[in-house]
Amino acid sequence: MEPHSHPNRRVVMTLLAGSVLTGLTSLATCPALAETADMEAAMQRFTSGAKTGDGKVKIDISPLVENGNSVAVGVEVDTPMTDTLFVRRIAIFNEKNPQPEVAVFHLNPRCGSSKVATRIRLATTQHLAAIAELSDGSFWKDQLEVIVTIAACTEE
Amino acid sequence: MATALLYVPKTAKRGEVITLKAIVSHPMETGHRREVTGKVIPRDIINRFSCRYDGAEIFKAEFFPAVAANPFISFTTIATQSGSITFTWVDDAGKVYTEKTELTVTA
Repeated sequence: MEPHSHPNRRVVMTLLAGSVLTGLTSLATCPALAETADMEAAMQRFTSGAKTGDGKVKIDISPLVENGNSVAVGVEVDTPMTDTLFVRRIAIFNEKNPQPEVAVFHLNPRCGSSKVATRIRLATTQHLAAIAELSDGSFWKDQLEVIVTIAACTEE
Repeated sequence: MATALLYVPKTAKRGEVITLKAIVSHPMETGHRREVTGKVIPRDIINRFSCRYDGAEIFKAEFFPAVAANPFISFTTIATQSGSITFTWVDDAGKVYTEKTELTVTA
């Protein structure tokens, strides 16, 4: 996660200011947490009901998260990225945020690797899943539990 | 003022797999929060991202409200030739954020 170059200080300050404002406006209540079935349904939609194997996909996330507002998560698929076989899509799902979808990444052979990362919100301790669709039409999944001590929405 | 930060190498060897990282300043308002008055704060998130390298789209993503504020993205590409790399984000309001960098590829 180390930057390649030193970022412009003014831009960093802008980003920080934005975070502070976001924090101040969160006087709000959170909606009811989703059900496990919602995540299963979302994964079925992503795979169009296709059989999903366990393995090949690896979620990289801290098992114990202090702050659910911004959690670094990475996904990597154990497969070569060639013109004949590559990862077409990677999707991340969560169990108990208001919506089961987190993000969908579209890859191609030019990516050279299947390593993607982002930062997400986690409303509470819950399961996280990642599904990869390969160019041969197969689907692969990883799923794990993440413990969250400060949720993304603490103002109930 | 720029609202996006790119972490992209300036130079790379041809054929090298390079990691591209970017952050854009955006509140990513989920649409699930309420003001103290009970009024729902309308959803406004960056819902899609794409990256073009030397004119061709090399990566794209769809974001949902579970992506944290000031969305961060990291992915890789093979350095093929010198050219510009353009990062584009689009939010629910249709606002487009673009940031560009140049990559020099050596033999």
